[in-house]
Formats: sequence, C-alpha cells, structure tokens
Amino acid sequence: MAYLLNTEDQQQKMLESIGADSVADLFRGIPDAVRVEGLLRLPPALTEMELEAEVAERAAENVSAARVCFLGGGAYDHFVPAVVDEIAGRGEFYTAYTPYQPEASQGSLQAFFEYQTLICQLTGMEVANASLYEGGTAVSEAAFMAMRVTNRHTKVAVLGSVHPEYRQVLETYTGNLDCEVVTIPTPDGTCDLNRAAEALDERTACLIVQHPNFFGCLEDAAKLTQIAHEVGALSVVSFDPISLGVLKNPGSYGADIAVAEGQPLGIPLQYGGPYLGVLASKKDFVRKMPGRIVSEARDREGRACYVLGLQTREQHIRREKATSNICTNQGLLALRATVYLSLLGPQGLREAAELCCRKAHFAAEQLSSSDEFDLMFDRPFFKEFALRCRGGAAAARDRARASGFDVGPELSRFSSMGSAFTDEALLVAVTEQRTREEIDELASVFNVP
Amino acid sequence: MRNKLATQSLFELSAAGRRATTFPESDVGAGPLDELLPAEQLAESPPPLPELSEPTVVRHFVNLSTLNMSVDTHFYPLGSCTMKYNPKRHERLARFGGIGDLHPYAHPEDSQGMLAVLYDLQEMLAEIAGLPAVSLHPAAGAQGELTALLVAAAWFRDRGEERTKVLFPSSAHGTNPASAALAGFKTVQLNKSAGGLVDFDELVSQVDDSTAVFMITNPNTLGIFEKEIVRISQLLHDHGALVYIDGANMNANVGITRPGDFGGDMMHYNVHKTFTGPHGAGGPGAGPIAVRDFLADYLPAPVVQKTGEGYELATPSRSIGRMRSFFGNVGILLRGYFYLRTLGASGLKDVAEQAVLNANYLKAKLADVLPVPDGEWCLHEFVASAKRVKDERGITAMDIAKRLLDYGFHAPTVYFPLVVPEAMMIEPTETESMETLDCFAKAIRTIVTEDPEFLHSAPHTTPISRPDEVAAGRNPVFRWTPACDS
Repeated sequence: MAYLLNTEDQQQKMLESIGADSVADLFRGIPDAVRVEGLLRLPPALTEMELEAEVAERAAENVSAARVCFLGGGAYDHFVPAVVDEIAGRGEFYTAYTPYQPEASQGSLQAFFEYQTLICQLTGMEVANASLYEGGTAVSEAAFMAMRVTNRHTKVAVLGSVHPEYRQVLETYTGNLDCEVVTIPTPDGTCDLNRAAEALDERTACLIVQHPNFFGCLEDAAKLTQIAHEVGALSVVSFDPISLGVLKNPGSYGADIAVAEGQPLGIPLQYGGPYLGVLASKKDFVRKMPGRIVSEARDREGRACYVLGLQTREQHIRREKATSNICTNQGLLALRATVYLSLLGPQGLREAAELCCRKAHFAAEQLSSSDEFDLMFDRPFFKEFALRCRGGAAAARDRARASGFDVGPELSRFSSMGSAFTDEALLVAVTEQRTREEIDELASVFNVP
Repeated sequence: MRNKLATQSLFELSAAGRRATTFPESDVGAGPLDELLPAEQLAESPPPLPELSEPTVVRHFVNLSTLNMSVDTHFYPLGSCTMKYNPKRHERLARFGGIGDLHPYAHPEDSQGMLAVLYDLQEMLAEIAGLPAVSLHPAAGAQGELTALLVAAAWFRDRGEERTKVLFPSSAHGTNPASAALAGFKTVQLNKSAGGLVDFDELVSQVDDSTAVFMITNPNTLGIFEKEIVRISQLLHDHGALVYIDGANMNANVGITRPGDFGGDMMHYNVHKTFTGPHGAGGPGAGPIAVRDFLADYLPAPVVQKTGEGYELATPSRSIGRMRSFFGNVGILLRGYFYLRTLGASGLKDVAEQAVLNANYLKAKLADVLPVPDGEWCLHEFVASAKRVKDERGITAMDIAKRLLDYGFHAPTVYFPLVVPEAMMIEPTETESMETLDCFAKAIRTIVTEDPEFLHSAPHTTPISRPDEVAAGRNPVFRWTPACDS
C-alpha cells in the first residue's frame, strides 16, 4: 500500500542534498547489535480491496450486532442522527491536532467551548472541561480532584451500585497510593442512607454516587449529597446524560462534581470505545480540574476568540505536580456530543428520555409477567432494570440470543463486586430505538402471551 | 470563502420552538411520567439547551471546520506529534456494520471476528516491540505509561521490593513525571545532557536500589537515538530496576529496531501517532503497552486469548485490574490494525526510512538559517534553534511559528525541549513530498528576512490574530452566557 510520496529520483536527490550515500546510512546512529535483521514477521500487505473483503468477513462473524439490542451496563444503543456522522467525518475536524495554536484552530476551540457550555446547561453545573477518556476514568479523576479540593488524600467512599468497572478503575488508580476506597454495599439495589452516613467521616474526600445507578435504579442523590456535605466531603455524581431530559440535574441538588459516560450522546458503540468522559464542577474548583479547558479570549484586534485555558494545571507545564497525567483527550467525541445536543435541543432530549423510560417500564412489565423472571429490585428505574432469572441469567440470555435478541450483561461477570452480582441477575436496557413489537417478541421468547 | 456568520455562537442562533431531531410517538402509552418515576426526582423543565434547526446546525459546524488547519488541508510538521496522513479507508472500515455497532458486552461467541482482529493486533504489536505480552486496554499514551508503572509497582510488591523512585531525563514529555507521580512514585529528573543524550555519569549517580523505573524516549525528543541505550538498560537491570520506553517516537523505529531488543522492559505505543489514528483535535488516542514475559501476568484486564476453537477475553492471573471501562479504544486500535495490514513488514520499514529521509532533507535545507545544535543526522524529527536569528534580527521561534501559519503551514512545536534555545521541533513524517518540504523551507528562509516588527504581530491572514492568553487567564470565561453578548 502506497502512503509514500517521493519517487526514486527524488529520494536520490534528497540523499545528495543531505550528503548521505543511502537511506540506511541515516540510521547509523543506531548500534548494529540492536538492529532488526531483515524484516519483521508480520502478515503480508493487503490492497484496499483485499483488506475490505477480509474486514467484511470478520465483521460478519460479529453476529451480536445484527441482533435486536437490549444490552446496557454503561453503553447503549441510542439513535445517532446522520448530521453527527457528517460533521465528525469532516477532515478539518478529525485530522486536526490539539488546538495549541489558537490562530489555526478556532473551529475546534469554539466547538469545545460550546461543548463545555452545553454540558453546563445539561448538568446545571458551573464549569465543564473539554473531556476525559470515558466514564470510568472520569470517576477516578473526580475522586483525585476531590482529594485536592478537600486536601483529604486517604479515603474516598463509593456506593456499591456504581458501575463495577468504574469501581475497579478507582481501585487500580489508587492501588499504589495510601488511599482507602470504602465501598458502601447496596444489596437492595439502591443505597441505604444510614449506611452511607456511617461510612463517611472527616477523612473522606468524596462520596461517589451513580444516578441512575448501574442497576438502572434511581438513587436519592440529593440526600446523599447532603450526607457527604455534612462531613465536609464532596459529592461526586455519575449521571446518564439522556436521563437529564427528565430527571433533576446534579447542579440542582448541590453536587460538587458531575461526571458521565458521554457515549449516549451520539457516539457509536464500537465495542467499548472511544467514548467520552464528561466532567463538570462548581466554578471554585476549576483550578483543581484535570484535562484541557477552553476559555474565551480576545485577539490583538479585540475580537472574541478561544484558547486553551489554565494550562498551568496540565502535565506539559506542571509535570509531576499536574492535576492529572492526561494529555490526549476525546476531542472528536466531544464534538459528536456537541452536535448531538444541538440537534436534539431541550424538547428532543426530553422526548428521547421519556421514550427510554416508558419503553423500559413496558419491557419490565412484560418480562416480569413471565414465570421465569422477577424484577430484582422494587425501586424506581430509568431505562434499565435487573431481572432475577429462575433458570439462571446465562440460560435466559442464550435463549434470547437464539431468537435474535441480545440482553445483558449478566451480573455474574462482576461476581467479585458485591452480593447483588449473582448468577441469576441479568440487566436489560431499553432505548428509544426499541419498538413495542420488539419488546413483545422478546417477551414471547419467555412464554409471555 | 469565509463566512462571517461562522463565528456566531450556537447559542446566539437559538430561537424558541426550533428543533432538528424528532422521535416517533410512543408506542407503549404516554401517561403522566410521575406514574413511572417519583415526582420529586423529576425536573420541572428539560435542560435549557439551544433550540436549533438542522440546516442551522450543519452550516454552523461546517463553517467552524473551515477555521481549522488539519492534516487533510495543510502540512503539519509538529515535532513529537507524528501528524501523518490518516487513510480514508480506515474511516469507512471502522464504521462497518458488525464493527462500529458492536456492543462491548456482546457475547464472546457473537464477537469472534472482533476478538480475532484484536488478537492479531496484539501479536503484531508484540512483534514490532520485541516484547511478547501486549495489552490494548489503555486509552492513550499517558494512560499506557500509568498502566505500565502500576504493573511495575505490582511486580516489585510481589517480589517484596520497596522501590520508590522513577527517573527520567529533562527532555521527557510532561506525561512521564505526571504518570509517575499519579502512580505513587517519587520523581527524579536528570538535568544534564551529553550532546542531547542522557549523561551516563549522572544516571549512574542517581540509580540505586530504590529505583523502580527509568523512563526514556528513544529516539529522544531531539530525534537522536540514545546510542548508549544498551549500556543504560544494563545499568538499570544491574540494579534490579526496569526500563520504560516512551513510544511517542516509534515512527523512527518501526521495522528498524525494537525496544525489547535495546533493553526496554515495557513500552507504550501511540496508535494515533505511529499508526494513523486521526488526532481528532485532541483525541481520541489509544495507548497499548507491550511488556516482557515476566510482567505479562500483571497486565490490566481484559486481554484476548486464543482458545481451541476461537478467541476469548481473559484476566491475567496477577492483573493490576482495570484502567478504564470496557475493552479499550477499539475504534482507534482498529485503524492501527488496518494500517499494519496494508503495510506489511516491508511497508512498515519504508515508513521509518522515508520519515527519516524527509526529516534529514528538511534539516539540511534549513541548516544555514536554523541550525541544529546536536547530532549530525537526525531520525524522524529534529530540533532546530532560532537563537542566531533572534540574536541577529530579534526574530523568535514563536515569530517564525506564527508567521508560518500565514504561509499555509501549521507551526512546528516550539520551546520544547528546553535544552535547545529558541527550539523549533520539526517532524515532517513520511507522508509529505519533497515539493512540500521545499515550499516549507522556502517559507522559513523568506520569513527570517522579513521585518521583525511585522513578524511580532503575525499571523496576519488567519481567522484571528494572536490572542492575549495572559488576560484570558486573569478572569477566565469557560462557558457562554447571555451576558457574553452585551
């Protein structure tokens, strides 16, 4: 495959102008002893046609994608309007570098400024950064940010109903530090407020809540925020961006840091990433924030423009004292979220949220009328719920798969993460894309008339 | 044609009642929502997002895109960033049904094609690194660094060794010390330079039994191969420490030399640099790591394994855990896979050779105006100094960088690394032609003869002139508010 531009003649001229005999000559600073002899053992080169045929073959083996998707657990099959793909597919956006040269990057900088504004409007928070990697690391970055804000570095508390993978990330990130991660069990699907209060003390930097939580249930995020504040800890709330079409936003009940997996905002599933880490907070904490932030500026003619702001927080300047090691963020995904929210607007977001909520409740009612299922938790939920499967979750999922549906994940895949993660537990997520007919057909697999 | 409306903000374009995306009517009833959810949890009104029509949204963002420089439109010789061409076929393939729409919790039996591709990528990256065990999990290079340092910490812990220090040269990327600090290590910077290379004596004086890891970029940020790298690695290994290779500059190494062969125990790749993942105006990236066999059991979960009949996801026995949710930045990893499959071993070697040829050609073309203090020939990039131009004419590296924008070239990286005064770090990559390099060299040669005052106020033709970043930092504004208008 030819990505190279210089002809043999040109290469010869270039070597002459350098004063080298051959291209190999240019590598003589590399000791012979550590040179690759001959060629590496890699598969033979394919043409574009051959590659496309092979990838199509591999893609066809991923039969899950052809099934009706009731899969959730932090990534969802929401509708992506065509405009999102078109805009994010413009080379001027996706082949640009980090906008360190503002004069040559106003397009991306303005889009990120608009992204930050939209996230503030969505969450009711005062300031948002220009993105982090994804929802899991956003939780860990929020915990570190809370430690800096409170100057408490030895303890963070997290609800057992927070995504088990986010909790695992937090454990890994703090694994070599002198910081205790206290998990507050949530065997009943949501947090018992007394248990939360007991777990917190004057050493606690923050309480991390997911709302709606991993099981789809609504937490009492407002009360939990109060409980955190009572001991001087920050309230970190991980939210589902679509849910804010109907639910109260984190700013309204006083959350200090709001984080999210932004995948529902116009980002394709693509087997787990790249997604979008959303992080917003109260304005007073902005200098403790991780990641890039775009701010407004004026150029020499006094024209409004945008630049990367507060860069002295970041690793390229502050090095080991930076607020995070993050450099590359998720700019292109932040652009997708910006376009998505622009297209939906307040009414569109509300409609999407209502549809998810109504269809999920319809599906829960249908499926739980089967002899094979109960709802695991008697709690209000948004677009996702956990079933207790009498014959085991794996068997139920297999039956759905055999009939052209995919549901899950089975909670047993996180069996080390709490007592709710049993062999019987199966998550079901329902987005605005699912129809009544699809839900009825799924239920009929389990003998619901 | 530039559209003056382009810079209007999204929020100024809003008018109550406008909308773009609509959804079908509910087919499952439309009763009051408080029958489904507790009233106290419900918002009174939806978020105050702007209300826009679809044509407005499209025009707004398309116009914004025209205010950017990008690899598709401009030569982008940013040192250390490897701004090479991003093949269009990758974009199409990554969106294929079965790939772009595959859920991360798809049953392994139902995602064998994806697992096969990811397994093959692990194998290819292991071969290119000369290190046998690969994790595709990290989201970007900096997360790869952190992952590897946590792997090292876990390995030392298992061996009962208390090692607290991470060393790195002053020319290291900022992510190296930042990752080391985040991983709980004490950071020790080596400040001396021996002709742009690590000062071996200084390293000897700093390495001891409390040293966990030495992080080094090779070739280094000056584009010079650390010719003592084998001796350096041996020194670290003699003290029981590990060597980490920052793979930011792998474009000079691919198919030529391997980190595992020159003494590295761990490394990360930047798929968005070396293997054509588009930079996306700041991301996403992907930062897979490769490690020696004795560290394989500590890699983060999940890794892809071959079984009798197919492939499965597995957690290594002493895994440090997860660094992020789900598998990894698969969309970017796939672009790396597509790239490697179209190159093959010989094409991959061509990449390094042509990147190095281009860099040396440009370096030679500029030698009399922007000399390079260290090294005869460079590898994939070089750091030129504008010190003489500054001394003689008062023209700074920043002036040249900004004026280049007027000539239709993106600016090189400036003032990094600090070891070179008035540094201009230039990396042309292999996907530029001799003609483009000639034009670029000509532009620089012209610029250094221009009126210094004119250069101080450059650029003159871009959508905005130089912003006052100091003033912006004093009372920063991070979001649009209606008051911004007045």
